[in-house]
Amino acid sequence: MFESFMNIISLWALPAIIILILTFGLVRKIPLYEVFTTGAKEGFKVSISIIPYLVAIMVGISMFRASGIIEYIGHILSPVLSHFNVSADIIPLMIVRPLSGSAALGIFSDIAHTAGPESFTTKLAAIMVGSSETTFYVLAVYFGSVGISKLRYALLVGILADIIGIASAILVCNWLF
Amino acid sequence: MNYIFYFLIVVSIIAGAINGRLEDVVNSILTGAELSVKVAFSLIGIMAFWLGMMEIAKKSGLVEIISKIIKPVTKRLFNEIPEDSPAVGDIAMSFTANAFGLTNAATPIGIKAMEELQKQNIDKKSASNAMCMFLAMNTAGFQLIPATVIAVLIGIGYKNPTEIIAPTLLVTSIAFISAISIAKLFEKFWIPQKKTGGDI
Repeated sequence: MFESFMNIISLWALPAIIILILTFGLVRKIPLYEVFTTGAKEGFKVSISIIPYLVAIMVGISMFRASGIIEYIGHILSPVLSHFNVSADIIPLMIVRPLSGSAALGIFSDIAHTAGPESFTTKLAAIMVGSSETTFYVLAVYFGSVGISKLRYALLVGILADIIGIASAILVCNWLF
Repeated sequence: MNYIFYFLIVVSIIAGAINGRLEDVVNSILTGAELSVKVAFSLIGIMAFWLGMMEIAKKSGLVEIISKIIKPVTKRLFNEIPEDSPAVGDIAMSFTANAFGLTNAATPIGIKAMEELQKQNIDKKSASNAMCMFLAMNTAGFQLIPATVIAVLIGIGYKNPTEIIAPTLLVTSIAFISAISIAKLFEKFWIPQKKTGGDI
């Protein structure tokens, strides 16, 4: 019941928003086609203008991942985290999640395949991935789009929220499963 | 950002050298650069679509209506921007898109919101408090249904993947509320922005 309800929501959210916007525009007698294309023109400009910011951050992250630092941090953290039933496989996921969405999804798939369904590790990994966002990418794209290079406290807030998210994922998982 | 950029690159090179992975690190420069252009190009079409849709929503007054509905919330979170600013509506739309997991729509709308916030920014080079708050909302990644995660779980033959929804929602709410509170706290104690001459 709940499951099918959720499925309907995720299936219909996008079409519903599109219908709402177009119908509302039509009722208000907006020249839909002209206004749409005027707005859409911006798409190219914005996408291209974020490239320098994306290159800076994504090259940095890609080098960071290739350097082996993540495994090193994993070695330091794993004795502490094993007290909370966090297996060593999950630690790279924790570190990669804010850096790269596609890499995190890849690691999550690996974990899910090796740990198998219904295992604690799979559940914890799923909750961690589902409850957070690719902080560095979001910051690069959003601030890059308006040409801002001084982030002030934005990055710190993002990282602190990620840490709180990871900690609460571990606690919630230990409590429920 | 200067230090982060320096740190990511220089530390990676040194660590790569120590781990005997220097070659991988150097090769990853190309991979990273290629990937970022790929990401930007893949955004063009969907960005154009949603910016077009948003233009209709704005011209028809729909964005205005939505911003009026959520005004009590935004007034508290974004006390620096005027209540009737178009940014408020964009922020609301972007949050809604994120909550439903519509990342494709959320990014262009979010960028639109950033452009509106930039108009009211007193220093065009640094992030305003309103921007930091908006980014806090976004990086926390509040989402009602983690659709991709559920898809992976179904793929490995997980019997009841929807049992993951409730705990994920709990965790994402905790992270989201913390992000907003931390941003509010920093807003009070961080060095304020300096006004730079002229509106460029």
